[in-house]
Parts: sequence; C-alpha cells; structure tokens
Amino acid sequence: MSFFFRKTSPAKVVLWLTGALVASLLLLPIGYLLLRASEAGDSIWNILFSSRTARILLKTVYLAVAVTVGSALVAIPIAWLTVRTDLPMRRLWAILTTLPLVVPSYVGAYLFISVLGPRGILQQWLEPLGVQRLPKLYGFPGAFVVLTLLSYPYILTTTRVALMRMNPALEEASRNLGNGPWSTFWRVTLPQLRPGLAAGGLLVALYVLRDFGAVSFMRYSTFTRVLYIQYQSSFDRTGAAVLALVLILLTLFVLLIEILTRGRAKYYGGHVGAVGNPMEMQLGHWRWPSLLFCAIVVILSLVLPASILVYWFLRGISVTMTFPSLWLSAWNSVVASGLASGLVLMAAVPVAWLSVRQKGRFAMLLERISYSAFALPGIVVALALVFFGANYANPIYQTVYLLLFGYLIMFLPQAVGALRTSFLQISPSIEQAARTLGKNPLNVFRTITVPVSRPGIAAGFALVFLTVMKELPITLILGPLGFSTLATSVWSAVEEAMFGAAAAPALLLILLSSVPMALIALRERV
Amino acid sequence: MYEIGSKNTVSNTKMMLYSLIVCSLFVVSCQPEVVEVVKEIPVEKVVEVASAPGSLVVYSGRSEKLVQPIVDQFAAASGIEVEVKYGKTAEMAAVLMEEGNNSPADVFWAQDPGGLGAVAEAGMFADLPADVLASVDSKFQSKNGNWVGVSGRARVIVYNTATIDPEKDLPSDLWGFVDPEWKGRLGWAPTNGSFQAMVTALRSTWGEEKTKEWLEGIIANDVGVYPKNTPQVAAAAAGEIDVGFVNHYYLHRFIAAEGESFKARNYFLPGGGPGSLVMVAGVGRIDTGGNEDNAMKFINFLLSPVAQQYFAGQTYEYPLVEGVKIHRELTPIAELPKIDIDLSDLVDLQGTVDLLTEVGALE
Repeated sequence: MSFFFRKTSPAKVVLWLTGALVASLLLLPIGYLLLRASEAGDSIWNILFSSRTARILLKTVYLAVAVTVGSALVAIPIAWLTVRTDLPMRRLWAILTTLPLVVPSYVGAYLFISVLGPRGILQQWLEPLGVQRLPKLYGFPGAFVVLTLLSYPYILTTTRVALMRMNPALEEASRNLGNGPWSTFWRVTLPQLRPGLAAGGLLVALYVLRDFGAVSFMRYSTFTRVLYIQYQSSFDRTGAAVLALVLILLTLFVLLIEILTRGRAKYYGGHVGAVGNPMEMQLGHWRWPSLLFCAIVVILSLVLPASILVYWFLRGISVTMTFPSLWLSAWNSVVASGLASGLVLMAAVPVAWLSVRQKGRFAMLLERISYSAFALPGIVVALALVFFGANYANPIYQTVYLLLFGYLIMFLPQAVGALRTSFLQISPSIEQAARTLGKNPLNVFRTITVPVSRPGIAAGFALVFLTVMKELPITLILGPLGFSTLATSVWSAVEEAMFGAAAAPALLLILLSSVPMALIALRERV
Repeated sequence: MYEIGSKNTVSNTKMMLYSLIVCSLFVVSCQPEVVEVVKEIPVEKVVEVASAPGSLVVYSGRSEKLVQPIVDQFAAASGIEVEVKYGKTAEMAAVLMEEGNNSPADVFWAQDPGGLGAVAEAGMFADLPADVLASVDSKFQSKNGNWVGVSGRARVIVYNTATIDPEKDLPSDLWGFVDPEWKGRLGWAPTNGSFQAMVTALRSTWGEEKTKEWLEGIIANDVGVYPKNTPQVAAAAAGEIDVGFVNHYYLHRFIAAEGESFKARNYFLPGGGPGSLVMVAGVGRIDTGGNEDNAMKFINFLLSPVAQQYFAGQTYEYPLVEGVKIHRELTPIAELPKIDIDLSDLVDLQGTVDLLTEVGALE
C-alpha cells in the first residue's frame, strides 16, 4: 500500500475511486440480467440456440456494420466541410446536421414511410406522371437509410472534435512536402481522425443493436426485436434477460473491433504550442457540390420529417390543444436533459481521463465497462433499475435521482467517447510543464485541460442532451409519477394515431434542442 | 368547487338529469360532436367524497392521451390525488413484477387481457368484490375474479374504399383471405397483442392445424407486416394494402383527424368467428398498496355511466356496462356476430407466439 501511495498523488486516488464507483454502478444492469437469466425456463434456450436466432444475429451485425459505414460516409465530409473549409453558413450547417439525433427512430421511420412509402406523399405527387406505386423500401434498404440518417450525427460530432483540435503542423508538413490537398487528407488527416471516428462509429453500431422503432417499422428483424417479442408477447422477463445478455456479448465483440481500429498511435503533437489554428481550405468551385451535399442530408434527415410535422400541426390546429401541459412537458424535457448532460459529463471525465493517461488493463477495463449497457434497449436498463430501486433503494425510487441515474447508465459512453477524442489530443507534456511550474493537479485540469478540450466537452454535452431529449422507456418507467416530457407526449399521441396532437410536442422537441446546439456552435473557435 | 355535500343532492340530481337529456338529444340528432356534452354530466354524483380523500397510484398501459381526461374527472370529483404512470401494457406489467411487494401501485389498468393475466399469475391482484364483477359480462373478466374489463374494442377488417366494395369483394370470414386473389393486398401486425389474442381465439375455435394453415395461407399471400395497428390503417387508406386486420377504433381517430374523405373504412366479418372477437382493456387492484378504498372508488368510477359514456364518446370504444349509448358510427355490440369465447380462456399466449414463430410470422 505504501508503495502504491508513494507513486500516486491524492488527486489520482480520487480519480480512481470515482472511476471505480462509476464502473460499479454501471455493472448493476448486468447483475440484474444474470439474476433473471438464472431463473429462466428451458424454452428460452431453444429460442437462443435455434438457427433462426443465429440468422437474425447475423442480420443484426450486417445492419450495424452497414449503418456504421454509411454514417461515416455521410458524416466525414460534413465534419470536414464545417470545420476546415470556407463553406458558406457553416455554423448553421453544423447546427442543422446535428439535430436529426433528436428525432425518435419510430417517428423518423413513420414519417419516412408516409413520404417515401409505396403509396406515400412522393407517389401522390408522381401519380399524374403515371407512377402507381414506388418500389418498396421495406426491409434492409429502409432500415439502413432511416438508421443512417438518424445516427450519423454521432460520428459527425466526434469527428468534428478531432478535426478542431488536430495538430495542424502535420498537415502543413505534408503540404510542404508536396502532397496535394486530397493526398494530405487521405494520408495525414484521415488517420488522425481515427479515435474520433472509432468513438462515433462505436456509438452508431451500438445504437443500431438496441434500436427497436426503426427496424420494426421497416420490417427488418434484428435481435432487439426478438427480445421485445419476449417481453411484449410472452411477458417473459427471464427469457428476455437471457437474450439481453447475448446483446452484451455482441457489444463486447464490437468493442474488440473498436480497440483494433483504435491502435496505439499518439494523437498529440510534440510541442506545447501544438494546438494552433488549423488550416482552412478554400473550396472554390467545390463550394456548390459541397453545399448541395449538406443540403440533401439536411433535407432528408431534418426538413422532410419537420415539414410533415408542420403539416400535421396545421391540420390539427382546430382540435383543442392543451398548451399548459405542453409547456410543462417542455420544461421537464429541458431540465432533465440539462441535468443529465451535466451529470453524465462529470462521471465521464474520470473514466475518459484514466483511459487516455493511464496505460494498463484496469483503466482500459473501466472505459470498456462504461459501454456495457449502451447496446441494451432502454427497457432492460429501466427494469434493472426498477428492481434495484423498488427493493433496495426505495427512498429514491420514482424520483428524479433514479431517473438521472438511468440516463447516466444509458448515455455515459456518448460523453466518454467525445471526451476521449479531445483528451487524446492534449500532450501530457503541457500538463507536466504546468505541474513543474507549481500548479496543483486540479488547477492544471481547470486551467489547461478543460479549456483545451472544450470541443470534446461541448460535443459530449450535445450528444447526451439530444438523446435524453428523445429518450422514452427510461423516462416512462423511472420518471416520478405523473412526469411527462415532450418525448412521452409525442409517443402517447402517435400511439393512438392522434397525429395532430403529436406534431406540437415533436416540433417543440426539435426547436428546443436547436437552442443549445446553436449556443455551442457560436462558441466554436472555427 | 367539487366538494358537494348531501344538501345539494336534489339540485345535483336535477342537473344530472338535465345533462343526460341534453346528452341523449345530441346522440339522437347525430351530431359528430357528441363528445363535448359528456363533460356536462355532474361527476360528483358518481363518486363519494371523503373528508380526507387521500391519494391513489395508477399504472396505466393505456395512453395518456386516451385516459388522462377521465382520470382528471375522477380526481376532481373525488378529491383524491391521482398519480398515473403511463407506459406500454407489457412494460408496465414487467415493472409491477419487478417491484413485487414494494410496488407503490394501487391499480393496474391494462390495454389487453394478456398484461392483466401476467400480473394476476404473479399473484399481485386482489380479488374484486362481486358487485363490481356482476356489472360486466362474465366473458369480459377473469375467471378468478381478479380483473374486470372496462371498455371494449372489436377486431375488424379495415379496407381501402377506392379499391374494395365491401358488399361484393370481402369474404364473410377470415378464412376467405387465404384465397390467392388476395396476394399482395393484405396487411397485419403479428406482434400486436390484440392480433395475437385473435390468433389464440382462432386456435381454440379452429384448432392448431387449421390456424396454422390460415397463417401460412396469409403469409403465402405476401402479407405486409406492420409494427402495430395505426400504420396499417394509414396504409389501407393510402392504398398500400387493400385490407388489414385491426381493432376498430383507430379508423375513427383517423377520420377525426383527416375528415370524412379518409379513404378507409371498417368491415365487420358477417360470418363471425374469432375475426370479430371483442377484446377489452381492463383493471385489477394491486394488493401491495394497502389503499383499497380509493382503488375501489376508482374501479367503480370506471364502470360508472360517466366513465363508460366517455369511452363511448371520446375514444370510440364499446362500453361494457348496460345502458350506455355507443358512438353513432359504431355497430352496436349486440349486432356484432356472436362468438362464444371468454377472454379469460385466451391464456395460452406462449402457444400462439410459438405458432407464429414456427410459421415465420415474427421474422
């Protein structure tokens, strides 16, 4: 022990203790699942080891890989255009392209079908031209398109972080050595983006694993759908627990791939002054195709859903609307999302910091554990916390505290991924220099680390804020009695085909979410 | 404001009578806005107001948009502070079972008998008093008397009005849809609770073999798979499918939103059978809360004319107690094809899920 403390500063001990505390809390869902799975009957094993389940698992992995690649292809150009070029109105594009994250997947899928379905709005427009029916978008294409459009902001956000604080000296050197802009991008910039891409890609892949809304509307069977059928049709919690453990195994598999992509490279420059202003590229004639690309993505992922919502809203405006409850829901949404983002960021700091600065298995394990629950559908995490809350922590059961705790378990990886990307770009020598100048660790963290990693902090905040805004199962199940948010209002109305009533909260959800995104974009130093 | 004691009873009764007359006038004159009047019925009469009303916790698998107004009426009339947790029925059932003896819930209000059955099997429901059970047809309650139906919905065929003439084109029972002429024209929602209850009913009337043949026949007709009822109704109106198997009330909500020009209508299979099964939403009292008085007040209120009229007028459902007028657009329950199935007999959900899995309907 004395040896341990001799080498370790008190600040580090605090970091480790907080990290360990966060990790042990995150293991609650797994503990719950093991407990329930141990009670499972025989029938679930027949389901688990059937060829059908194996086929569905393969389809799930296939979709996850495809959506991750698709999202990267959408996100990388936008990230680059909005950070490193003179794209007109790039702050606006930066805000608009992040917002699709706030659209719940079942709403996105429903809206998509009502426009692009075989007999959707587009077909009605084309009917005078003799188009009776559009090709079916159900199955893989529909699921792929909807999930890509709703989850590319994960990669976009983390990649932008990496671009903003990338060491410009490398690119300058590459240009000076005679490489053209494209060649520099492929050979220098892209490899530098690896941690950001990996963090975002991981979030996308795991999001696809746990999605239920989009895949069920698009008729694509994934493993989570099998799990939901276990809950909804068989009322079988123990069987569902067994299936959820399979999802965790799948998560471990994805994490392994991510570690392999991540590699052991260093992403910071050797000099203290390495964080300079990155080069800005003049787009020239490329301005127009670039604008077109951003416009198409924003139209498909944001304008299209929003305009149908506006249509529903205008059509339903005669129906009496209960605005007082709407404002209350909006207030609840914003407060819960704000508190959750703050809490999640605070918990993410020790985890991300240790995983970047401490080599060794434990730091790695700690960071990996933070992802363990991320591929679990919200219902699984919520039930785990119901079990612990009602039976072992009754005073906080059905209070905001347990709700925030649920958000923490669900969304910690989003903040960890964003923070890690930023921390990786800070050279330890800057901090060491500050230490030798007599600053204490906390002071160094406050005056050096936080300001330098501001893009990562902002991105982590944005990701958590947007996803908590749309979160449904945890909010419904763990929220205090009578607690409603914009997301629950939308769900309640859509569930009963009251689309007019769904439109107002859904539009407000998008509008309110754009406010913090705009504030973040305006503070960006690009 | 609502604390009206016994001295006001006379004027109250008068007012109630007056309102009922107005209400029935509206029903007779076929105004589409029947619903507005329902609120005029003085609720105070239906609920006793205690001096210290206390509180009540309801877990609802029915959505807030549908039931919060009637919960508010109860709260206002009784003075009881009612707190409701909303969610999907299956999830609420799972939550109740996880909470076990520590559940704060007093009442579970579920969308379908499956959820009620699961909670009943976990031993969490108290027995309901005989007079409560007596007010509802025994078909629509649990055999053990621990849950009771509150409002009903019928399984129907929703069809596209542009392509289908119901008199000529539609078969008289479900079996007719296995005919190859329906290839590419059908839709269903195989994960939906009401659909699965219908399949359970098919199994108990037709037997396993014939039900399996029917399911395979529908799948062979390239049936379009929907996650639930509403997108099916929308698809039928858009002409994406010609026919869907749904619950009756979604159509009326679409018409309320989109107007009479909405291109889909409901069809009750005249041949009867499980294709016209009437399903219920129902309630049970959770034993752990120790709040029996308020829980029973609430359950009694849901079966009172006021609440039943609300379901008929506002949510387009079938009332389950005698003497309540149904929405003018609905076929009276008595005129629906008679089928002899007790909902409490439809317990073998697992068997249905297994069958649906076997034929590949859940892929």
